[in-house]
Amino acid sequence: MNVRQKENPIPPDYRIIAEMIHPSARILDLGCGTGDLMAFLARSRNTRGQGIEINESAVYECVKKGLSVCHDDIESGLLEYPDKSFDYVILNQSMQEVRNADALLADALRVGRRVIVGFPNFAEISSRFRLFFQGRSPVTEALPYRWYDSPNVRFLSISDFRNFCERKGIKVLQTRYLRGQRIVACRPNLLAELAVFLLTVDKSFQN
Amino acid sequence: MKGSFSDFPDAVEVISGNPLKLDSMDQVETRYFNFAEPSENLDLESGEKLGPVTLAYETYGCLNAQKSNAVLICHALSGDAHAAGYYAGEQKPGWWDNMIGAGRAFDTDRYFVLCSNVIGGCKGSTGPASLNPATGKPYGLSFPVITIRDMVEAQRRLIDFFGIERLLCVAGGSMGGMQALQWAASYPQRVRSVIAIATTARHSPLQIAFNEVIRQSIMADRTWRSGDYYDYGPPDRGLAIARMIGHITFMSEASMEQKFSRNRTQVLKGIPFDPEFEVGGYLKYRGNQFVKRFDANAYLYITRALDYFDLSGDRLISPDGVRDARFLIISFSSDWLYPPSQSQDIVRQLKKGQVDVTSCELNSSYGHDAFLVETEGQTTLIRNFLSSSHER
Repeated sequence: MNVRQKENPIPPDYRIIAEMIHPSARILDLGCGTGDLMAFLARSRNTRGQGIEINESAVYECVKKGLSVCHDDIESGLLEYPDKSFDYVILNQSMQEVRNADALLADALRVGRRVIVGFPNFAEISSRFRLFFQGRSPVTEALPYRWYDSPNVRFLSISDFRNFCERKGIKVLQTRYLRGQRIVACRPNLLAELAVFLLTVDKSFQN
Repeated sequence: MKGSFSDFPDAVEVISGNPLKLDSMDQVETRYFNFAEPSENLDLESGEKLGPVTLAYETYGCLNAQKSNAVLICHALSGDAHAAGYYAGEQKPGWWDNMIGAGRAFDTDRYFVLCSNVIGGCKGSTGPASLNPATGKPYGLSFPVITIRDMVEAQRRLIDFFGIERLLCVAGGSMGGMQALQWAASYPQRVRSVIAIATTARHSPLQIAFNEVIRQSIMADRTWRSGDYYDYGPPDRGLAIARMIGHITFMSEASMEQKFSRNRTQVLKGIPFDPEFEVGGYLKYRGNQFVKRFDANAYLYITRALDYFDLSGDRLISPDGVRDARFLIISFSSDWLYPPSQSQDIVRQLKKGQVDVTSCELNSSYGHDAFLVETEGQTTLIRNFLSSSHER
């Protein structure tokens, strides 16, 4: 795929996702936005694939980058894909914006052999401080929105998501946690702003 | 493959190195390709044969040495081969001139663009108004039933004649989009990409219903004479009303409100039911203009071809067929004739077949007409989609 080089620095979560993906993989990026992650993966990992994005002008940006993208709602856009159509389904910063996150994740795990989920950790320490000491809903660097303009409709912590995976029988193959540009090694639920999980329901995958 | 050009196109000669511009867009012309002589008749989907056949076509830009830059444009119901540029001395350009030309969406500096009039039509290609060689009179209703697949079959002969193994792209809106989809179904190994705009993979009962009323209004005109009117004068009233119905479906509630609102026209004295509202006057005007340029029987044949169109299920992408073509599916939010939901159905079929697809629903108030009007969004999508398809 021919993808224009980007001048902007690569966000750290893009690098983490790229490390989780094997070369030449077939990917589906749900809520791909302007296609920066897909373009980066095509460049660094030689991936092929497809994005789904609901914003019309973001779709144009994807097409300008030579990417294939469907202008659709990710909550209704997965049904037609046959089981295991993709090596990886990516939900980077989009799961928390979806009402029916449970069903979406189940669908993602059906059409992808593995699923990569990147989400902001709502239990990160500065969010806790703001809530506890100021009695205000969190507005932080990783969560810059105020209650009235936030695209987020699901507020979860890393512990919440681990617990969810356990209850649903979803196997967590890898996790990576970020605070700014840096990897968080200990107490992620307190210190990490972003989490990236690699998941599967395929029993044959070994940790 | 036998065939002859009435006027051999210069553009078919391959130019290497510096691409000379042979056809200036300031002066394009229609050429004619004759084929399907008795021994090589065109086999129609109905089982009947048709021949000889003439296809009117135009080309813009230059075919490269590898013949890998050819884009076939398919026209809609009342369109023709004159997709772009100007005829000598004419003021009005081709029907998709805002999209085809140097630096435009279909960039004629990069691509060799072809457009031919469909068979069954009346714009230079063989149709019901053409002379039946067996009788020496116009075919009329003795013309065989035509389908979208037959239109594509005729185009395929033209593409063969140009020696083009694989088209870079087949593109079209409305009925043109159906032909583009049909190309992917009939000849998946011969198209690298498909652009289908404001169209459907399956003509719906609503669409068939409109076409039924359209046909009935032509046939209700006594001067139609069961299609045998060529010696007597055409059924202009019936065809004009048919076209008026069509124009209602091409607009949207919002675009009509914006264009006409409830504005009145001047009422002529003594004719109480002459159109009193501007919208009525507009429809009447469009209907009356249309009969000057279109054959009523051709309208019957082509609308019937639309109604037969059904590539639902596995017919678009055969489960065991070639599926490496890329698709771009474009729809418009206010199009209620070929609504976005039908484009979504196409996308669903492609996803199911694991075919590479890009889709976009453009926000527009122009209804079905949007595909001829909304240049900016379409240009961004088509130019970049074509470019990345060409570079693969």
